[in-house]
Amino acid sequence: MTCTDFLSQLTDYFDGQISPELLEEVRAHTATCSHCEVVLDTTSKTIAVYRDHELYEFSPELRDRLHAAIMAKCSPKT
Amino acid sequence: MPAIQSTVTEEIHPDVALVARAKDGDTAAFEQLVRQYERQIFRVAQHITQNREDAEDITQDAFLKAYEKLDQFQGNSKFSTWLVRIAVNESLMRLRKRKTSKTVSMDEDVQTEEGSIPRDFAEWRPNPEQLYGQSELSHILRKTIQGLPPGFRTVFTLRDIENLSTEETAEALGLSVPAVKSRLLRARLQLRERLSRHFGHKKEGLPA
Repeated sequence: MTCTDFLSQLTDYFDGQISPELLEEVRAHTATCSHCEVVLDTTSKTIAVYRDHELYEFSPELRDRLHAAIMAKCSPKT
Repeated sequence: MPAIQSTVTEEIHPDVALVARAKDGDTAAFEQLVRQYERQIFRVAQHITQNREDAEDITQDAFLKAYEKLDQFQGNSKFSTWLVRIAVNESLMRLRKRKTSKTVSMDEDVQTEEGSIPRDFAEWRPNPEQLYGQSELSHILRKTIQGLPPGFRTVFTLRDIENLSTEETAEALGLSVPAVKSRLLRARLQLRERLSRHFGHKKEGLPA
């Protein structure tokens, strides 16, 4: 597996949709290629850090205001 | 009560009943759907537009559109995916209105090659959480995702932040599954590259 092949498998790898054979190849490649090993680790951390941090506050006040505004607009037409 | 077919293994999503009731004019059922998804829709809109006021407007408009077009919702997709699709379209439209010079579409970012090929191979040790305080880290994460082309930002938001499946993301964006996968790869790699400037630590001077 080349570094380019490795990159092309990265999405399926993270999405758990990679075949066992290719998974073996990815592991074998990262065991010998330190650059791709870092890319795998830091891309994984990229996804995790965004998943774990709520970047935009959704306060109860905002929710109440927004909810009221939505429901005021979405009322049965009489 | 109708007999329940026990042979059917696929569970019916609880939204199906709520949508059916809402279609019959049950406002409480629609309000329940609003309650379930207002946070998600707001977050999607805020991530795409990077603007809180726009996100508030879009959230209201998206639910109003959904309410008005409820009859057109066929139930071929999940209600939440359909709703996200409306919100994404509203958000991209808002971006188009705001920016006159920059292109905003799901197709036009494909040309962007920057960051698609990894260049920074520094390790992230210690972890970002150990390196920065909460507010500083959030600031870096916001700034970094802001720098992504809107199309990539949108795919990353739906797939990795909102946890939609690849298929749902494709449906919400009107893209093919391979197109979603390719954009997602680029989005992840570009974010990684940009974050490495903050989180990366060169191994210089250390034994291999």
